[in-house]
Amino acid sequence: MTRAVKSVAIALKVNGENVNETVPVRRNLVDFLRADLGLTGSHVGCEHGVCGACTILVDGVIVRGCLMLAAQADGCEVETVEGADATGRIAKLQAAFHQRNALQCGFCTPAMLLTAAALLEANPAPTREEIRDQLSGNFCRCTGYQAIIDAVADAAEAGE
Amino acid sequence: MTFQAPIGSSLPRDRAKRLLAGRGRYIDDIALPRMLHLAFVRSPYPHARIVAIDIAQAAAMPGVIRVVTAADLEGVVEPWRGTHNLFPDMKVPVQTALATDTARWQGEAVVAVAARSRAEAEDAAEHIVVEWAELPAVSDASVALDPAAPVIHQDYDGNQAFTAAVSQGDPAAAFADAPHVVEREFRFNRHTGVSLETRGLVADYDPTSDRLTVHQSHQTPHQQQDLYARLLSIPEQNVRVICDDVGGAFGLKHHLYPDELAACAIAKLLGRPLKYVADRLESFLSDIHCRDHTVTARMAFDAEGRIIAMELDDLFHAGAYSQYPRSSVAEGNQIIRVSGIPYRHDHYRAETRMAYLNKPVLGHIRSVGHPIACAVTEQLVDLGARALGIDPVTMRQWNYLDDTDFPLTSMGGIALEKLSFQACLDRALERVDVDAFRAEQKTLRDAGVYRGIGFATFVDLTSIGPEYYGEGGQHISAQETCLLRLEASGGIRCYTGATDQGQGIDSGIQQVVAGVVGVPVSDVKVNSGDSELCPVGGGSWGSRGAALGGEAALRAGRELRGNILNIAGVLLQKAADSLDIRDGEIVDAESGAAHMTLDEVAAVGHFKPYMIPDDVDADLTVTARYASRGRIFLPANGLHVAIVEVDTDTGLIAFHRYLVVHDCGRLLNPMLVAEQVRGGVVQGIGGALYEEFVYDGAGALCNGTMADYLVPMAVEMPDIEVEHLETPTGTSELGAKGAGEAGTTGAFGAILNAVNDALAPFDVTLSETPLTPPRILQALGKI
Repeated sequence: MTRAVKSVAIALKVNGENVNETVPVRRNLVDFLRADLGLTGSHVGCEHGVCGACTILVDGVIVRGCLMLAAQADGCEVETVEGADATGRIAKLQAAFHQRNALQCGFCTPAMLLTAAALLEANPAPTREEIRDQLSGNFCRCTGYQAIIDAVADAAEAGE
Repeated sequence: MTFQAPIGSSLPRDRAKRLLAGRGRYIDDIALPRMLHLAFVRSPYPHARIVAIDIAQAAAMPGVIRVVTAADLEGVVEPWRGTHNLFPDMKVPVQTALATDTARWQGEAVVAVAARSRAEAEDAAEHIVVEWAELPAVSDASVALDPAAPVIHQDYDGNQAFTAAVSQGDPAAAFADAPHVVEREFRFNRHTGVSLETRGLVADYDPTSDRLTVHQSHQTPHQQQDLYARLLSIPEQNVRVICDDVGGAFGLKHHLYPDELAACAIAKLLGRPLKYVADRLESFLSDIHCRDHTVTARMAFDAEGRIIAMELDDLFHAGAYSQYPRSSVAEGNQIIRVSGIPYRHDHYRAETRMAYLNKPVLGHIRSVGHPIACAVTEQLVDLGARALGIDPVTMRQWNYLDDTDFPLTSMGGIALEKLSFQACLDRALERVDVDAFRAEQKTLRDAGVYRGIGFATFVDLTSIGPEYYGEGGQHISAQETCLLRLEASGGIRCYTGATDQGQGIDSGIQQVVAGVVGVPVSDVKVNSGDSELCPVGGGSWGSRGAALGGEAALRAGRELRGNILNIAGVLLQKAADSLDIRDGEIVDAESGAAHMTLDEVAAVGHFKPYMIPDDVDADLTVTARYASRGRIFLPANGLHVAIVEVDTDTGLIAFHRYLVVHDCGRLLNPMLVAEQVRGGVVQGIGGALYEEFVYDGAGALCNGTMADYLVPMAVEMPDIEVEHLETPTGTSELGAKGAGEAGTTGAFGAILNAVNDALAPFDVTLSETPLTPPRILQALGKI
């Protein structure tokens, strides 16, 4: 038998803006951000935490947006690529990615930027191996990764 | 012919800025008013008869608007057959948007649910009851061709779909007399493109105007426009296909998929917009796959190590149907055409056989057939070198076609203009000290460390000309058109029929237009991926954008430039050919002295046309077309060199170096070409080391998730050195050849040869991809 899907009211901060919404309890966070808030910069590639395309920040920590329910984000501060772009927090990474052509189709890119930014925050001068290790959970089918590693290294040098 | 900057400059891409800000426009980002969402019930069996379908409970569920079976689509959408008239003997079964009475692969779409949300559509799909009668499944090509095998298409008397063969010289006699013959059986397992954005579309049908607009994650908007018009019986001028940002394609998005056509048909049936985006499992079950070939091949050498003859037999399959609209012949056909191509030899025989069986459709993914042809050829060359005690480098130097051989028609029937095999090897040897490597290899072996070097010389058949699909009877444009419009303010709008899924074709065309007209690159805006606004072209496939789209852009740029100078000549009372356009200014061609700016010319052209006499060509909107003639392919070439280390305890393979020397003629943007090569290499590494669809004995997929189907990730991948040589084609003015598949083409061969070189002390030879740890350890007798 089918039962009606329950909804729950949540209040959170997304990219610095207060959000009050009612969401089905089964809706995951990235679907909520994309479909309910129109923040389509976070992408969905596998829906089970493997490809990394849905990476966002929750309370300052990078998480998989597909592995968390929207209901769990109640009371949290969420940042997506749109927010990181608007504040200029990832500007040096964005510039380095552009110069190095560290993206082709761009589908993995917002998550790559947020994941790389988390590395540079914790480790401002990473080695290439450390960069590769940090990005090991983000699938890119286009670039072969080298330009991405180069770009993150460039951004580190520029003092991201 | 020389071209001015920015042609040949490594400029970053305009489109990238938008994508970096999270402002991409992919399919699932689109939401239209009243839009419904689609989910499918797919066959859980590789082969089963549909006895009955009960939709009653699902149809009554929350949010459900309509449940659709094949019967509901009769009269809405036509069936099709993936024929190719150059292969008239091919058996081609009829395919439908939803399975009618029989499902022939696990994952074939059977029932569709349109609901207010995807979640509700999926909820309802779970409550559709299909009564199945399982049929015996055929899951292997050699089994499929056994006369006792179940026949999966009852219209035919067996599962063999087609055969093709090439023969030159007298290979039987050559092998009989040869002093040295090496022979291997090769196995290339099945994988696919795995674009990070899955297939998807939003179909929007307006019954009041009989107009269909499809936003689709696809490589070929004009092709889709034609298909939707014909199969849905809508006047073609009413059909518009828009391919905005595409999250990776790699060949898997230039086909017609039954589920996507069903979505368009249901949008027409319901008269409201409908979104379908494949989830990852649906992708693995229903995207076009590639490889799955078994090749037996041999090569004959004279006493000095010169290649005398080559033979190969290829066995593969199309899956359950022939891919549409291109047909599934090409992977086998390319193998028999391209194998052995870099080497001088006089006797050649190659045959391919294609079967139908109960797996997803197999067809065109990045570098169709080429990696197999390259790997087979290059491993035979290495085996010959080993048998004769000749160094693999010397073996290649002795046997390459060289400048004195061109032009020629290859053993496989491919017309070759000048290629650069020797020069590519020379450049590689400048970068890689092979003698030093051999010395280090020996030292390391004594310490139990096994490193190997592998070379793979390749030819890529790029930029297919109109004859192949034209004579094949398919509606596939292999020409390109470019439309340029000089705006009144002096900027240029460019519309191309080529498309860009991240390769940077938009940028290459932008650079050609800027260079030919004589304006800053920022003054040119390229628009692509819209079948209504863009002039007719083929989109993106088969490494064609730069060579074909670039040449059309060159022609259009030259025409626009001519008309600008005509207007300027009238205004300045000077001969048009005494003037030039440099950096957006009209200047004296000799002195370089500035006369006027482009916007002054444009303003006259737009607002004061009466100042220009009627007999002066002064159109500021121009189109130009490029259709190659008399050649089917535009061959490019290169060389891969891999240095790997094999851990003989774990079977893991690590890269120490990876070098590609690549020659795709004129480079429009060296950085973007290098990035195409790198990305292609890593896809090749995926196929060579990791990626493989695993099926159980009954033909059911065992690894349909991204956790189980392994793709290359950042940690395992090497930095890839790319060197460019430029041997422009003489068949076009621009001289560019295709580049998009070169990285993938050579990777299998280079890695197989490197691994076998590393394991030479163990006297084992591996010829099956992917080279997984279990395969390595089995070859070493450790498991």
